[in-house]
Amino acid sequence: MTEIDVNKIVKGEFSWKTLPPAAMIKVLTSLEYKTGTWRIEKPIIDQSKCTRCLLCWIYCPDMAVKRIDGGNVEIDYEFCKGCGICAEVCPPKAIKMVEE
Amino acid sequence: MSELKQIRRMALTGDEAVAYAAKQADVDVIAAYPITPQTIIVERLSRYVADGELNAAFIQAESEHSAISICLGAALAGARTFTSTASQGLALMHEILHIASSMRAPIVMAIANRALNSPLNIHCDHSDVMNARDTGWIHLFANNVQEAYDLTLMAFKIAENPEILLPVSVNLDGFILTHSVEPLEVLSDEEVQQYIPHIPYPYRIDFDRPLAYGVMALPDTYMEFRRQFYEVIMKAPPVFRKASESFSKISGRVYDMVTPYFVEDAEIIVIALGSTVETLRYVARKLRGRNVKIGVAGLTMYRPFPEKEIANILANAKCVAVMDRAYSYGGVGGPLYTDVLSTLYKNGIRTMTADFVYGLGGRDFKLTDAEELFNKLVRSVEIGAFDQDIYWWGVRE
Repeated sequence: MTEIDVNKIVKGEFSWKTLPPAAMIKVLTSLEYKTGTWRIEKPIIDQSKCTRCLLCWIYCPDMAVKRIDGGNVEIDYEFCKGCGICAEVCPPKAIKMVEE
Repeated sequence: MSELKQIRRMALTGDEAVAYAAKQADVDVIAAYPITPQTIIVERLSRYVADGELNAAFIQAESEHSAISICLGAALAGARTFTSTASQGLALMHEILHIASSMRAPIVMAIANRALNSPLNIHCDHSDVMNARDTGWIHLFANNVQEAYDLTLMAFKIAENPEILLPVSVNLDGFILTHSVEPLEVLSDEEVQQYIPHIPYPYRIDFDRPLAYGVMALPDTYMEFRRQFYEVIMKAPPVFRKASESFSKISGRVYDMVTPYFVEDAEIIVIALGSTVETLRYVARKLRGRNVKIGVAGLTMYRPFPEKEIANILANAKCVAVMDRAYSYGGVGGPLYTDVLSTLYKNGIRTMTADFVYGLGGRDFKLTDAEELFNKLVRSVEIGAFDQDIYWWGVRE
């Protein structure tokens, strides 16, 4: 059976010849589905304005805001769908949505 | 000395013959809802299961929509799956018919062809299957009870071929074949098992190898899946030929997608589906005795449409008559007529052609009707034209 990476389909890297029959496709977990390709706008964090309140970390529906060393946060662009909730809830407006 | 083959002869109705074939195919799941004139098929199968002659799950669904949905799930789980319906029942199945073919579920279904309401009618015509024409199923048509039996066995062979994995319908004319007892030759259970051994469905539902079934495909992918399907169903003709070849080796009976009868030197060729093909052949043979150059082309496979074969048969005909036991209301003609017209045009064949809509709701098409039709065709050839393009043959004016 044809094994094709779902992420290739999402990126448009396929032809009708390489698709699995009837879309019977290997099931991936949410870790394997790279939903970042859905994004139209990406969040950019201005670390100088960030107060490390972690509201973005709490609100992100895709757990695409990650805590890193030193209490800072960063965006995991492989999974961030660009919904903009983080920018909306950020009290000091440290997150800007920028067109891809 | 060659070994003598024991011939097993039975006398069965079309429905009983189909049920017997499904039993010999050792089906795993039967899900159905009774409807005339197919009821006897599933009645027989339920009896086989109850009597322990067939080890299968017999599921009486609450509707045809559910019956075919159960079949879809069963087929994807890897079960050899059979159902049967007719008329309104097939209409109720309609949305799942598309899904079953697109999800590549090799279901075999017998359709006891019956008219659609309204007015309510339980007798034969092809309006039911013609509604399912574009569902991506392979549609086979039996001319007699023997063929209903043979094609049911061949249907499993075709459906389960890993090259296609597509559902197949076996059409038999309601009452004319479903309820008429005819003598037929049957294979032994062993021969059937050798012909259609149980082979695992390659994409069966398997918890150790999970797959997504019936996924969503949006504008960026949907068209590619349809393009793939367009290719897959066009692989059915070679699959049919292979299934027919191996079937002929055990049965001695040969099936072509189109069965030509006296067509080689025929000036007039009549094309038809189902039991009418035999009526036409009988009369054609009689008229051949009077030197009328007439031939008959009967389609065993209607979908995919054997375009090249039809074009070859019709290439030198002066006159082509198409017999439609259904109509595409508001369209350019009956479904078979429009297929034949397209075939003629695409293959550069220009010949006088007309559609004969007949036998709706079980209106008899007798030998005398066939003879009258042939006389009409001979007269039209003499004149050089038809006086109409669509004839309602046998209707009370």
